[in-house]
Amino acid sequence: MAGTDPIHQFVIQDIFPIATIGGDGTPGSGMNIAFTNSALYMVLSVVVITGFLLMATSRRSVIPGRMQLVAEMGYQFIANMLRSSAGTEGMKFFPFVFSLFAFVLMGNMFGMIPYAFTFTSHIIVTFALAMLVISVVFIYGVMRHGLKFFKLFAPAGIPTPILFIVVPIEIVSFLSRPISLSVRLFGNILAGHITLKVFTGFVVTLGAAGFLGWMGAILPLFMAVALTALEFLVAAVQAYVFAVLTSMYLNDAVHPSH
Amino acid sequence: MDAEAAKFIGAGIATLGMAGAALGVSSIFSNFLTGALRNPSAAPSQVGNLIFGFAVTEALGIFSFLVALILLFVA
Repeated sequence: MAGTDPIHQFVIQDIFPIATIGGDGTPGSGMNIAFTNSALYMVLSVVVITGFLLMATSRRSVIPGRMQLVAEMGYQFIANMLRSSAGTEGMKFFPFVFSLFAFVLMGNMFGMIPYAFTFTSHIIVTFALAMLVISVVFIYGVMRHGLKFFKLFAPAGIPTPILFIVVPIEIVSFLSRPISLSVRLFGNILAGHITLKVFTGFVVTLGAAGFLGWMGAILPLFMAVALTALEFLVAAVQAYVFAVLTSMYLNDAVHPSH
Repeated sequence: MDAEAAKFIGAGIATLGMAGAALGVSSIFSNFLTGALRNPSAAPSQVGNLIFGFAVTEALGIFSFLVALILLFVA
């Protein structure tokens, strides 16, 4: 039963190798660049999103057909959320936030397919996305507001002695944003998939135990069905929360005083 | 006590942190329901805040689960 432990589903497998950087030619040395299953699902997500949006906007009728309606609903959902979080000046980040939301949502949803790989269940992927968000926030804030961006760390109306305590706390809280953003998405998806694998493992284990086992296996089977429904919900909610938090952090870059 | 046993004990203790997260999540939803039953017409406008608050609070429970997983499978 080598492949039925709950961790095996997260193993990265090379589909075809591309290059090897460094090393001395022996297998296992140097940095191996390959097209992995993670990369495959990332490419699939982008292809599906782009294809869907292109097909939905190919007609551009004033009264939308079904697909155009879905695309418009998605657009309005994120646009309203970004406008209410970051104001009209924040709307220039709409392509960024929409791309993040759609990428994370598609990644999570692809993970719900049996035998598919969930690329958001790897901390390096979610950490890269979170670092991208914080870099955009920081660089845009400093470019746009100069050193006044650092007034973010000194909220208005605080007496000076307390400022010495509050500013380090605010700095630490700002630096913890990429960590919490990435670990939230990673932990939710990882925990959900591990739990699902554990319960389905129970079904298999009980099913191997004769007739009484088959009767008992109904219970973890129901639990696995309920967990799958929960996982779909978590996939959508985590993508939405990633986008909402990105909008809030962008609001800090666009309007940097509390 | 050898390291393996300590890891398992630590993983078990780490799951106690989810109690706080459960209290937080239930607090959010119960307050939302209280407000929604007093003012039903204003409830749909706050569903966005509800989902956001739920996700941010649940993240802390997931962090404690993550510590347990790290103890079991990584360290």
